[in-house]
Amino acid sequence: MTILRFDDWTDPVRPVKRDVIAKLPEDAGENPPVLFVPGPGHGATAFAEHWLPHAAGRGFAAYALTPRDGGKLREHVHDVVQTAASLPRQVVLVGHGEGALVVAHALGRYPARAAVLAAPVLDRWATMGTALRVNPLGAIPAVFGGRLRWSRRQLLSAGAPVEAYGRSSRLVTSRKPVPKPVGDPPALVIGSPDDRVVPRKSLDRTAARLGGAPLLFPGMGHDLMLDAAWTDPIEAILDWLTKELSAAS
Amino acid sequence: MQDTPDIADRHDAICVIGAGAGGLVAIKNLREHGFAVDCYERETSVGGAWNWRHDRSPMYASTHLISSRPLTEFPDFPMPDDWPDYPHHTQVLSYLERYAEHFGLGAHIWFGTEVVSAVPVGDGRWDVTTRSTGGGAERVQRYAGLVVANGHNWDPAKPEIPGEFRGQVIHAAAYQDTAQLRNRKVLVIGGGNTGCDIAVEAAQQAATVWHSTRRGYWYAPKYLFGRPSDQVNDRLLRLRLPLPVRQWLYRRTVGLTVGDLTRFGLPAPDHKPYETHPIVNSQLPFYLAHGRITAVPDVTRFDGAAVELADGRRVEPDLVITATGYRARFEFLAPEILDTDADGRPDLHLHAFARKHPTLAVVGLLQGDAGVFPLAHWQSVAIARWLRLRTTDPVRAAAVQQKESTRPVGGWSRTKVVHTRRHWFEVDHVNYLRSVEGLLREMETSK
Ligand SMILES: Cc1cc2nc3c(=O)[nH]c(=O)nc-3n(C[C@H](O)[C@H](O)[C@H](O)COP(=O)(O)OP(=O)(O)OC[C@H]3O[C@@H](n4cnc5c(N)ncnc54)[C@H](O)[C@@H]3O)c2cc1C
Ligand SMILES: NC(=O)c1ccc[n+]([C@@H]2O[C@H](COP(=O)([O-])OP(=O)(O)OC[C@H]3O[C@@H](n4cnc5c(N)ncnc54)[C@H](OP(=O)(O)O)[C@@H]3O)[C@@H](O)[C@H]2O)c1
Repeated sequence: MTILRFDDWTDPVRPVKRDVIAKLPEDAGENPPVLFVPGPGHGATAFAEHWLPHAAGRGFAAYALTPRDGGKLREHVHDVVQTAASLPRQVVLVGHGEGALVVAHALGRYPARAAVLAAPVLDRWATMGTALRVNPLGAIPAVFGGRLRWSRRQLLSAGAPVEAYGRSSRLVTSRKPVPKPVGDPPALVIGSPDDRVVPRKSLDRTAARLGGAPLLFPGMGHDLMLDAAWTDPIEAILDWLTKELSAAS
Repeated sequence: MQDTPDIADRHDAICVIGAGAGGLVAIKNLREHGFAVDCYERETSVGGAWNWRHDRSPMYASTHLISSRPLTEFPDFPMPDDWPDYPHHTQVLSYLERYAEHFGLGAHIWFGTEVVSAVPVGDGRWDVTTRSTGGGAERVQRYAGLVVANGHNWDPAKPEIPGEFRGQVIHAAAYQDTAQLRNRKVLVIGGGNTGCDIAVEAAQQAATVWHSTRRGYWYAPKYLFGRPSDQVNDRLLRLRLPLPVRQWLYRRTVGLTVGDLTRFGLPAPDHKPYETHPIVNSQLPFYLAHGRITAVPDVTRFDGAAVELADGRRVEPDLVITATGYRARFEFLAPEILDTDADGRPDLHLHAFARKHPTLAVVGLLQGDAGVFPLAHWQSVAIARWLRLRTTDPVRAAAVQQKESTRPVGGWSRTKVVHTRRHWFEVDHVNYLRSVEGLLREMETSK
């Protein structure tokens, strides 16, 4: 709970045109909109492929936001909160990877209807450590503030049909502790014990902070929304969401 | 308490009066803390003052915010970042409508329903009498708490000017757009933001304009150093510069920008900067400099076609607009409930919590050096948390109350102000929010 927000008051984030992809169901009924937030290495298209149409197919208005180029954490958080506030109803935020870090910070500001952190990179050092072990060449520059290069093997399981995903990004970092979510939304952490970006311990820690245990999808790589078994996590997310929503009403 | 059969008991539900900005944040935050809420709104839509279709709305066609967007928006629901620094009142209304829709607040509001009385019935409970706006059968319901968000900018405070006047006199509340001014000789009374705005519009439309103020003021422009002025002010507040230093900086800045306004016939301010509610108006000095506005002192008397001024001058306007502000009014509550004194000034802890009624609070009864919405938001969070704490941990709640009662008034209210009615609720937004934060932390440690 930050009450005095001098940064926002005296030095507001510069607006950019945001790139949001939407997949809308025939009739969303009472379902809240779901906003998917990828990490800066990905665009909204990472979700557009499978998860957006799948969520829409189950009656949720589904949106994905492409992070702005070269943004700092504060700017990414701003963009997520702006996008959420622009939608007609209270939004469910789903962040993946570093997008989950952005979502975790956005939750300190915007009272989401519910929140899902998928393979969350909340713990920079744990991620760097794993990266150094699994892919030292790609990771070393990042230790010195350069870009972190992910290998395909880190992101996807061997069975993934997708062509090699070479991507790199500067880790979104922040010395700010992850805030307590405002409005006390129900929250879920999901991930894979075989994720080569986010170690299992870090998953457990993140889930414990939100008062639970992570939901695990063994055999999957870091990019849960692109890997061969992409249906399992999104099904689980939407089942959990449906349960939470009916419990609240 | 005897339960009369025609009183519907709403058990743990909280009653909110009004669906302006203050009422909306109250509903949202009470719901977020798990309360059932019934909100009564005498109008048929949300927005309060910002909904200029409402018959009591004080807005005029050209009203724009004077607090800039980042300092006006709700902290958890920002305004679109591609909006201007100072949005128009219709944008503010659409923002409030979207807020209500986003958080599904409409389902908890009873529109077209006026609260006519609220009476404490012991044990912290309230009997609230409502009826359809303007008449109809009354209904009484019993609530576990009462949050008043009825606004304080709708009941015009009209000056008593002796004598008879042959021309037309209206209060600013009845001023809507420039057609009312076109080609007339207009005298505007009052140097608040309303008076200054109307004087400027008159300068653009009327034949002749006099602007009467009973003292000199500090006129801040909308921009300083290329940024909205309130944002510049907050940079100083962030540095925790002591008030005398900020006052010195203020004088320097005014000297370098607006300049000495006494050369246009305005009286010099009779108080230091920050001791009156801020006026934010870049155009007033401009039109004074063009000679389109003539600054005149206080009005002493009407005399037929003429208006007599404190310096003995007489002017002959055909329209007098009294922009002399509004009165806070709680017609549905007995005055002692809010510790209201003979002048009508309520005495509330943090301008929000009734001292003798722990289940009664007021939202939005504030005037500040920044937007009201964030202040109302945090007030309502504190109120919701307080009402929650009373039910979950009464012992702890009593301890919090004890501790709060020792908090000095000067910590959260501006005490060094010109002592006129409109400054009763004047706060420095940073000090005020720090105090509310203190209260919230106090209640947090209880978990
Ligand atoms: C011209 C003008 C410009 C302003 N500009 C700014 C600005 O730039 N920035 C800023 O922050 N503030 C500004 N304000 C202050 C403004 O009052 C607040 O922004 C805000 O509207 C206060 O909200 P509220 O909910 O407290 O009161 P209101 O908006 O007045 O809402 C009160 C609601 O309660 C309802 N109500 C009242 N009594 C009853 C009853 N007995 N039963 C049922 N319903 C009832 C009313 O119908 C109304 O809808 C301005 C005010 C004026 C007059
Ligand atoms: N966003 C905007 O553009 C905008 C526009 C208008 C208003 N507002 C806000 O709305 C609120 C109300 O503003 P307001 O201007 O309508 O009212 P206000 O702030 O109460 O100002 C009233 C003015 O009239 C004077 N006055 C009061 N009684 C008088 C009397 N009997 N004789 C002569 N003068 C008298 C006051 O003088 P003293 O200095 O002696 O008290 C003051 O100058 C404020 O919070 C204001 O900031 C905002």
